[in-house]
Amino acid sequence: MDIITALTIFVLAVFIGFEIITKVPPTLHTPLMSGSNAISGITLVGALLAGGGFWGGLFGFLAIVFATLNVVGGFLVTHRMLSMFKKKG
Amino acid sequence: MFDNLIDILLLAQQGPELIPADETAELVEQAAENIAAAASPRANLGYLIAAVFFILGIKGMTHPRTAVRGNQFGAVGMLLAVLVVLVGNQVVSWPFAIIGMIVGSAGGVWLARTIQMTQMPQLVALFNGFGGIASVLVAAAEVLKTENPGVAGLAAGLTGLIGSVTFTGSLIAAGKLQELPQFKKPWSVQGQQLINAALVVASVYLSFEMTDGTGWEFFPLVLLALALGVFLVTPIGGADMPVVIALLNSYSGLAAAAAGFVINNNVLIIAGSLVGASGLILTNIMCKAMNRSLANVLFGKMEAAGESADADEVYAGKIKSTSADEVAMMLDGVQRVIVVPGYGLAVAQAQHAVREMADLLEANGVTVEYGIHPVAGRMPGHMNVLLAEADVSYDQLKEMDEINPTFAQCDMAIVIGANDVVNPVADTDPASPIAGMPILNVSEAQTVVVIKRSLSPGFAGIPNPLFAADNCLMLFGDGKQALVDLVAALKEN
Repeated sequence: MDIITALTIFVLAVFIGFEIITKVPPTLHTPLMSGSNAISGITLVGALLAGGGFWGGLFGFLAIVFATLNVVGGFLVTHRMLSMFKKKG
Repeated sequence: MFDNLIDILLLAQQGPELIPADETAELVEQAAENIAAAASPRANLGYLIAAVFFILGIKGMTHPRTAVRGNQFGAVGMLLAVLVVLVGNQVVSWPFAIIGMIVGSAGGVWLARTIQMTQMPQLVALFNGFGGIASVLVAAAEVLKTENPGVAGLAAGLTGLIGSVTFTGSLIAAGKLQELPQFKKPWSVQGQQLINAALVVASVYLSFEMTDGTGWEFFPLVLLALALGVFLVTPIGGADMPVVIALLNSYSGLAAAAAGFVINNNVLIIAGSLVGASGLILTNIMCKAMNRSLANVLFGKMEAAGESADADEVYAGKIKSTSADEVAMMLDGVQRVIVVPGYGLAVAQAQHAVREMADLLEANGVTVEYGIHPVAGRMPGHMNVLLAEADVSYDQLKEMDEINPTFAQCDMAIVIGANDVVNPVADTDPASPIAGMPILNVSEAQTVVVIKRSLSPGFAGIPNPLFAADNCLMLFGDGKQALVDLVAALKEN
């Protein structure tokens, strides 16, 4: 993937982000933050691919731990919050 | 097909007459790279599907009805992206991967289960920090593995910079939100701004130096950025934390996106930029609601209210105090009540008492709604979560722009633990420090009841003429106790 392709993907994704997120009502801003936070744990993919040598291995391992914490904790706590949002009747 | 290619190349290596040795080594290396890349088309397809799930997931968040499913979509996307790596057999070290994921999952489950909803801002700050440091570590491993000249080097530098600032900044923010004594007082050293500026310049310089590909700059850069994160967040007061968390949320996404540029991975770029955009939007919303520019939150202090009116002058002889019994009697026969909760409500843990009061009123046929200011709570949307936890129906939670035109048709507005966000001075006095700040127009209601401990000013440090208005009654006391008394009085009636 050359740099222009990567930049294209980046810019378009930012625009998609702006488009959909402006439609999220303030009521859901906290779950939005914790949920999107979990998504930013996507670094886990990079962490699993990382490694090589002692330090590379150590950094990779720690990255896996932190990213998994972020992903699992983020999605679960978002779920916990969202299941509290109920409509009466 | 690539296996064949390697065989051929190995054959070629055995026959040095055919191809010169140095050239062969180069060809073998190239073939190995091709093999690594061969997984790419299929992997990238998997990543694309994961990215679509992320987008659909966030789209689900546009309505409470679809939000649970949206979050699950996000989780499915993540699972898919991880499976692509695992199935593609690209994992460098299986034991590390498995142990790491078990440890991380256990910690995540524990945190998500045990945290209280009032502590949500701290938790999100902590998770932001974890995401940031994970990106830094990924970039560090990559820098150690190979040379990353050009843009990849710059991206590695930026990952180190943004991710490290996110990490220490988030830890400090979480400490402040948890009200740990060490973090309670904002502090700054002499010439703080200059030190920060120097740190920024040095880290950006090192990031650009990284385009030479040697990578040694990465580690000093990370140290500088870790210090920068500390210096940036410590001077910021607790009341500004909603802005800080939203901004750090954005940074954690941008760090992931930058890491995507380093390891050339499109799902990191897409997911990271979605989160980056989300955090920026929320930062902007919070700044507007607090009537401050981002620069002012980050570098400035709230201006002292020099010219504004004296408290005694505003309040003298005009404050009407009331009791729970009296309010209960007034609530007999009303049709529409709007509750305006502030962070004081959450501090007093009075959400459930509010809901109990609302239930009693609703049983009498009264319409009860909640007018929620964007900065009610410690993070964007926090108050809604706290009320949802107390089983308040989400269609009763109204945002400011929606509720404001309807105060005039409301019999009673009950303000609990809020001050600056209902201060009419924001509209009337251009010299006031909160001039122009969007407020909830509670004074348009027939009667306003303010539940508050005393007449002490809010964060802006200015008196609130609302309390002295003709239609305003003060119910002095602890938020929760006052509501409990009110509920008891309503039951008696």
